[in-house]
Amino acid sequence: MTRRARLWVLAAGLLATAAVYAAACTELPGFGGSWHPYGDRAVHAALRQRTANTISSVNFDQRAFDTLGEETVLFASVLGTVVLLRRTRDEKRVAPEPVRVPAALRRYGLLMLPVTLLIGLYVIAHGQLSPGGGFQGGVVAATSLHLLYIAVDYPALERLRPLGLYELADGAGEAAYVLLGAAGLLAGPAYLANVLPLGTFNTLSSGGTVPLLNAAVGIEVTSAVVVLLAHFLAQALEIEGDAEEGRTA
Amino acid sequence: MDDALVVAALLLVAAAATVAVFQRDPARQAIVLSLLGLALAVLFTVLQAPDVGLAQLAVGSAVTPLMILLAVRKVRRKGHRK
Amino acid sequence: MSLLPYLIAGWIFLVGVHGMATSRNLIHAVGCLAVTQSSTYVLLLSVGYRKGATAPVFSDVPTSVPVVDPVVQALALTDVVVGATVTALLLALVVQTAKRHGTVDPDELSGLKG
Repeated sequence: MTRRARLWVLAAGLLATAAVYAAACTELPGFGGSWHPYGDRAVHAALRQRTANTISSVNFDQRAFDTLGEETVLFASVLGTVVLLRRTRDEKRVAPEPVRVPAALRRYGLLMLPVTLLIGLYVIAHGQLSPGGGFQGGVVAATSLHLLYIAVDYPALERLRPLGLYELADGAGEAAYVLLGAAGLLAGPAYLANVLPLGTFNTLSSGGTVPLLNAAVGIEVTSAVVVLLAHFLAQALEIEGDAEEGRTA
Repeated sequence: MDDALVVAALLLVAAAATVAVFQRDPARQAIVLSLLGLALAVLFTVLQAPDVGLAQLAVGSAVTPLMILLAVRKVRRKGHRK
Repeated sequence: MSLLPYLIAGWIFLVGVHGMATSRNLIHAVGCLAVTQSSTYVLLLSVGYRKGATAPVFSDVPTSVPVVDPVVQALALTDVVVGATVTALLLALVVQTAKRHGTVDPDELSGLKG
């Protein structure tokens, strides 16, 4: 198909989709309406399970099995990326040259690193109470480590980031989630059932298995983002093309 | 008041998304995507979804653009050696 | 007003698909996919919004106040993070393609196949 013909097909497809979608929108419940049957039931269920953050209750209690699926997608894509971006036999590793960082940037970066890391861990730990949880806090905690790259340089980041451990932690997070689900099967009625005591509403230990599953996700997401960024950084900064090209360069 | 905020955030998101698509240089697109992530985080907060806003802020405005920039750098470096 | 958020979500989706289909650079196409993805978040959260309600977090409000729909928020939340790792996988594929074929233009790549 020529490029021109393709564009016509695309235009026809987009216009048809737009027309059908706009027609469908008119039948949707109006924006901001008060009719939310699923939402109301989810809120009741969350309060019954003494979890203050309803969203964590939905993710790690009411549809915990769905989240296991999402976790597995995350795990599989990290695995795929690691396999695709590994250094092949015909590539060589070239140490990037150290770069001088302005003193102010260095001070500010090194100051912000522990603060950001702490915020990330806080957001993970309070997932069942306030907005946040393993997914969001994990990304924040992982990003905080990379302030080291901005404030100092790449070798410093490499020294303080044992990649093997993070790859291990990624698998351990996924495994912990699966095993916690099995605990529900052994001690309770079903896989991923909330079998732990529910605790007191609005305290750190409330919600039964919610904080534990949340922590497992936190570990997995933190290490997943660290591993992903590590491989992209290595490809962009360290790994040179094949050996022949390396000689001519 | 709430309505005005929602409309403003929606228009901001739509504009950022449009610019991100029509910016054909991937390195510049990454910067626009980071702005889109920021605009989406604002919209989600206005729509009373702080959980999603927080995730979008961390992922959309930092991690995704960074990975795109690193991929661009890798591909360009490859191109220069040819 | 009651349709605007849905229509904006539709616009973001269409403009993202248009970008992917006309892209001349695979990295740019992955960026457009990220744009297309964000349209689903806008749609989901718009469906769940309730006027005058607060966020579905009861740590500092009484349990009787009206809140917006938490189910759609939970759906969007996991997808934001998982979507980023899928974007990483796609970018890794692009990097591999560039290594193998020396180009990231989809038109040149389909010419190479035969």
